[in-house]
Amino acid sequence: MSSDTDTLRLAVVDDELGIRLGVTSILSDLVVDVPEVGCRVRLQVSSWADGESFLAALDETAPQIVLLDSKLPGIGGMELLEGTLSGRPDVVTIMITAYATLESAVRATKLGAYDFLAKPFTPEELRVTVRKAIHHHVLAAQARRLMEENRRVRFQFISVLAHELKSPINAVDGYLDLIRNRLLGDDLAAYGDMIERSSLRIGCMRKLINDLLDLTRIESGQRVRTLEPLDLLELARAAIEGQENAARALELDVSLEVEPGLTLQADRMELEMILNNLVSNAVKYNRQGGRVTVRLTRRDGAIELEVADTGWGLAPEEAARLFADFVRIKNDHTHDIPGSGLGLSLVKKLSALYGGSVAVESEPGVGSTFRVRLPF
Amino acid sequence: MSETTVLLVDDDADFLLQGRLQLEQLGCRVIEARSRREAVSILEGTRPDAAVIDLMMEDPDAGFTLAYQIKGRYPDLPVIMTTAVTSATGLTFEKVPGQDWIRADVILSKPVRAAQLRAELERLLGHVL
Repeated sequence: MSSDTDTLRLAVVDDELGIRLGVTSILSDLVVDVPEVGCRVRLQVSSWADGESFLAALDETAPQIVLLDSKLPGIGGMELLEGTLSGRPDVVTIMITAYATLESAVRATKLGAYDFLAKPFTPEELRVTVRKAIHHHVLAAQARRLMEENRRVRFQFISVLAHELKSPINAVDGYLDLIRNRLLGDDLAAYGDMIERSSLRIGCMRKLINDLLDLTRIESGQRVRTLEPLDLLELARAAIEGQENAARALELDVSLEVEPGLTLQADRMELEMILNNLVSNAVKYNRQGGRVTVRLTRRDGAIELEVADTGWGLAPEEAARLFADFVRIKNDHTHDIPGSGLGLSLVKKLSALYGGSVAVESEPGVGSTFRVRLPF
Repeated sequence: MSETTVLLVDDDADFLLQGRLQLEQLGCRVIEARSRREAVSILEGTRPDAAVIDLMMEDPDAGFTLAYQIKGRYPDLPVIMTTAVTSATGLTFEKVPGQDWIRADVILSKPVRAAQLRAELERLLGHVL
């Protein structure tokens, strides 16, 4: 197995020269595999005869594991642990106690020590304890990284969300200001378009909030799902009917092909959301006089929902990022089409709930075909 | 004084319309662009007197890139950046050492009021509109 080799810095602080030499010699050859993260760890060992010199060089040495004698001539080990090391979550401390008293071990643990070693200890006892500490350090570091990454993703999501929510408010606010200042004179009819645009933006914002709530419910698993056999023909018909007005405005030819008797054990609302989003996209991103084809088939142990349009299509780099939150493809053909940027992200997450997937095939200038596969 | 030409760049149709109305009210001629790319191609053949550009367009920082490109081509051209993103999202716009790449002359929070736009344009152009 190929794995990365990491070097961790270990410091041993003990006033006994024999301990310092022994620990250094034993641990310098130690190699520890951490299969959970696929890495191999070696140690770089530094040793210190007293707490004062260790403390003075602490920031420079930056040890990740500390073997600390509880009885040191000057500053005691417990003091070092309590005053300094316990405040550093990335440092794993092992206390070396002179007598194996339960009391000092408990005290050290309360102060934040990870483990303890009772003098005298054998090389094997040392290796076992340090090996455990290495595992702990590597896994804790990994957990901290994941938490940090989660925080970052969440922050990014909230930032984009704030922008998406503020844009319609700003647009409406801007129109109100123009109307208030009678920018187009006293001809009230001239302001009709601004009022229309304002309600459109408010409608979009409402849709965004609803999509966001749906998304949150799906991701948190809060919604009670009811799985029942669903008639796919009926659901697809309803999705198409929902877009009838929009389709008529663009004079689209909408066709539906469903294998007879096609049912799927699924949650009605979730399946409706998938179909509504795909059909609504195929209609609104189509061109005048274009075509929408909805096809439902059974293939390789799955139901395949296919929605094809004759819109402007997507460039490969656009198709690649299409299913992420808030991604909207902005170009000359799409800039006036309202959307929350969450629809396809919803479709992707819903499909995943069924162990399924969604994919797009697209040719710029010709059209796009979205395919959702839901295994039964 | 000849007519002032302003390049107005925003991917939001409503902000384009509002900005155009505000600028025309000030007697400016407006050239619209809906993306950084479109703005760049306009700038190849035209030198406007000022540019009013949005920050988040095809990329979250398209406005910064565009401002950089404008200043590279026409160093003296005043650039006003407008944005709905504020400090709450962690993006800071103050002149911070190491952030000299922000080439806009001024950054305004949306919605931008007509009086504010006028004041900033007049200040940057050095004449009354």
